[in-house]
Amino acid sequence: MGRYLVQRLLLMLPTLFLISVVTFVIIQLPPGDYLETLISDLEASGERADLQKVEFLRHEFGLDQPLWKQYWMWVSGLVKGDMGYSFEYDRPVTDIIGERLFLTFVVSFGSILFTWLMAFPIGVYSATHQYSWADHGLTLLGFLGLATPNFLLALILMFISFTYFGTSVGGLFSPEMQNAAWGWARFWDLLTHLWIPVIVIGTSGTAAMIRRLRANLLDELRRPYVVTARAKGLAPRRILLKYPLRIALNPFIGDIGNLLPQVISGAIIVSIVLSLPTTGPILLRALRSQDMYLAGSFLMLLAALTVVGVFLSDLALAALDPRIRQGGGQTR
Amino acid sequence: MTEPLLEVRDLTKHFPLYQPWLAGLGRRTVGTVVAVEGVSFDVAKGETLGLVGESGCGKTTTARLILRALKPTRGEIRFRVGGQAVRVDLLKGRALRALRPHIQMIFQDPFSSLNPRMPVGEIIGEPLQIHGRGSREEIQERVKALMGMVGLNVQYLRRYPHSFSGGQRQRIGIARALALNPELVVCDEPVSALDVSVQAQVLNLLKDLQTELGLTYLFISHNLAVVDYMADRIAVMYAGRIVEMAPKRQLFERPRHPYTETLLAAVLRPDPRLRGATLGAARDAAGLPTGGILGCGYAARCPYAIERCRTERPELRAVASDHLARCHRAEELSLTPLPRRPAARSA
Amino acid sequence: MSAIPAAETLPAAAEQPRPSEQERYYFASQWQLIWWRLRRHRFAMLSLWFLVALYGTIPFVEFLAPYELRSRHATHIYSPPQPVHFFHEGRWVGPFVYGQFVTVNMANLKREYRDDPSRIYRLRLFAPGEPYRMWGLWRAERHLVGVEDGGTMFLLGTDRLGRDMLSRIIHGARISLTVGLLGIAVSFVLALVFGGLSGYYGGTIDIVIQRLIEVIRAFPELPLWMALSAALPPRWDPILIYIGITVILGVLEWTGLARSVRGKLLSVREEDFATAAVLMGGSPPYIIRRHLLPAFTSHLIVSATLSIPNMILGETALSFLGLGLRPPITSWGVLLSEAQNMNAVALYPWLLTPVVMVVLTVLAFNFLGDGLRDAADPYS
Repeated sequence: MGRYLVQRLLLMLPTLFLISVVTFVIIQLPPGDYLETLISDLEASGERADLQKVEFLRHEFGLDQPLWKQYWMWVSGLVKGDMGYSFEYDRPVTDIIGERLFLTFVVSFGSILFTWLMAFPIGVYSATHQYSWADHGLTLLGFLGLATPNFLLALILMFISFTYFGTSVGGLFSPEMQNAAWGWARFWDLLTHLWIPVIVIGTSGTAAMIRRLRANLLDELRRPYVVTARAKGLAPRRILLKYPLRIALNPFIGDIGNLLPQVISGAIIVSIVLSLPTTGPILLRALRSQDMYLAGSFLMLLAALTVVGVFLSDLALAALDPRIRQGGGQTR
Repeated sequence: MTEPLLEVRDLTKHFPLYQPWLAGLGRRTVGTVVAVEGVSFDVAKGETLGLVGESGCGKTTTARLILRALKPTRGEIRFRVGGQAVRVDLLKGRALRALRPHIQMIFQDPFSSLNPRMPVGEIIGEPLQIHGRGSREEIQERVKALMGMVGLNVQYLRRYPHSFSGGQRQRIGIARALALNPELVVCDEPVSALDVSVQAQVLNLLKDLQTELGLTYLFISHNLAVVDYMADRIAVMYAGRIVEMAPKRQLFERPRHPYTETLLAAVLRPDPRLRGATLGAARDAAGLPTGGILGCGYAARCPYAIERCRTERPELRAVASDHLARCHRAEELSLTPLPRRPAARSA
Repeated sequence: MSAIPAAETLPAAAEQPRPSEQERYYFASQWQLIWWRLRRHRFAMLSLWFLVALYGTIPFVEFLAPYELRSRHATHIYSPPQPVHFFHEGRWVGPFVYGQFVTVNMANLKREYRDDPSRIYRLRLFAPGEPYRMWGLWRAERHLVGVEDGGTMFLLGTDRLGRDMLSRIIHGARISLTVGLLGIAVSFVLALVFGGLSGYYGGTIDIVIQRLIEVIRAFPELPLWMALSAALPPRWDPILIYIGITVILGVLEWTGLARSVRGKLLSVREEDFATAAVLMGGSPPYIIRRHLLPAFTSHLIVSATLSIPNMILGETALSFLGLGLRPPITSWGVLLSEAQNMNAVALYPWLLTPVVMVVLTVLAFNFLGDGLRDAADPYS
């Protein structure tokens, strides 16, 4: 296990390095840079740009340096916790990201928790009551959940709550709690707002998870050892709990690797629709205005969050399943 | 006897053993599995050499090396084609493909060996098509002739494999193997996946075809009864090595290697009076074959093993005329032969 | 060897005539078997016909839509859906719509429309309407359904410029539906090349490609799509943007497909019939073409079918955010971006109607893919 942990940790380094390169390339793709966009915008509106300040910024942030040097500056800053400077907000990126990243994490974690809590009983019920009306109904509902893009679900939910309850469901805090200090009151306020984005983001993942759990459990229930257990007269509930369920549960943990990128994607677009104070809206803005360090650091952090999440789920899976711990065994 | 059709000398195959490294980022070699070690034998034109042994003993690997589905680690394979010996082990690319028609194979699994997406006519005609033997019509005619030869109804030409039983599928496989008029046919457990009742039909077919076409067989099986029926000479393999090789009658009547005795004892006899010898099965569990040990590979399982067997590796040597065995005690031991009814079998 | 009977018996009763049903099964190729299996899957068949019909509209969009994509009706801004009536004051008239009054609610500035029972406009099949150029070749003015002169027919309402939603949805289908196909074509090519290299050569190439796939999969999809779309120069022609977006969708979706190509290639390569082809003397390209590719095309089609909805949703999301397609190119996502504003949705809920089409299409692809997956391997 220790060996496996060390190997997996070492493997994360090249992955993170590659991700940083890809991110840097992407934020460099648009022609020109933020300052050029700024100058042309100012000139278009008839103003004169403060060329001295522009030159200063350009030099200060190394925009006049070759690309590889810019990359190095950015990446070495990241390692030290300095994520660069947002041109648009005129503040260090770290200041802007701070709480938003935390809230993104809260929303994502909540969504995964929701996914598990919903998918587990429904999946088990569907598998043990295969082809019952409830199973058919839940399957259909699951498909519908998969097919409805979550931002549309958010829109529909907003529409419903607006017309029937007359309240707007946007945001993560009530207006009076917006800038309050952290405390129980604010935390509670957060919880009361959290459920809508969590449902919206979690739905498609839940649908997929139910289908997978159902399929796995059905496969497992057809195995000869289950037939044997049944033949020797073991109670159905005990049969189910003893082995098949444990094996069928593997994807719950193993699938975080698939679920996490999906949840984070969902969180971004849903937070734009619901105007949540998370990373989504600010990333969209940064991408549009070519605020490269802000956008780049966001992308990098989101990807890193995913990689770390996958790493943790792999560890959990390895702890549960000795086959994985052994690294797949020896192969020819 | 003239020059043999196939000469195998010191044939060896080691598979590297990899272990995933850095959680699958790479892999490293942690050792080798000795699949086949120092195997030598000849096969004369028109004869059948039976290759027997338990699963995992290297029979199939030997076959695949001769067919060059695998590349040998060491050793020579000479095959006579048109009066000239070709070093099969050295061939590559185009030259290898040019040799393929002369050595063909009949597979064990009649289900996985036929492409389910091709109709029977195309399956049998495929080798002809690959080597450009004739026009469409000529190939079609040849395919029909082959189907008749193996006892398949010509009307089945456009059917797909899923419509056939195991035995019929195996006939298709045989027809395909014979399409190019090969000199040597390697039969890898050709009947072990079939029902017992069908096994006999397929074996008889193979025998008839051999007489009719003058084929040479390398016949691989774990079932001594089947090899008894098919082979002229038998080579017994154990843990990648040949441990005994002799003409069939000689091997059955006077086995010289303890492992052969075990195999003979395991043969099912329909006559209850002959069911005395079941010694092998009991001792089977005594130990597992291990490679890379000092002495005889069989010593751990051998009931006759002495101190010498554990320290000194025996060589394959002539213990009687035309009879090779890899045992220190080959001469002194008197091993139980295959129990036979007094009345001679009609073959 | 008394265990083995010497008599040779031919395959059982070969000459007997068989019932034709069975006979047909024996002569059935892979695709026929798949089709027969798929036909038993009711939802999948329903979805298949639905998709065929949907894609069938693409060439005839101008004819099917009652109005042109960009025609504005300044007097009918934010008109709600007009219901179709059949009876006027208890008397059968046939399908018709009433004319409309409009008043502006001064409280929330909402336009309120009411039926004017004195004006009746009948609906007609193949009615003359706004002229258009069919396939850019000839002028035409007939539409599938139209309304008598002087009347308007907004069955799904209009938007902020008084454009007919139904017509815009029908026009938008052309873009939304093809984005998925073009995107899948791009990722198909990538998947075949990378998955093929990985599965066929193995070793170092395999390891490198597998790591690359893992890195790409580690990125949350949407932010990456957003970043790449944002990188498309804003000065580009809308058509170029359309192509750019499909390429971006395809470039990020190929990894899953490549994995299944590799997995299938590895398993088929081990099958005896592939070995048999090698032993016959077939060259590697021949074996790939003749034995390996046919063995997993059906699985590829399944994977592709299940990936298309992802692309359609991706395009919808990007266009909704304003990072994807831009007017005048109109897709369902572009239509939905009008519904971004909460007030608009609350006052004019019919702006959300494109959602229905998106959901139905995605649902149909999922059902079809599910059915195909069950049918794809008839030899299991």
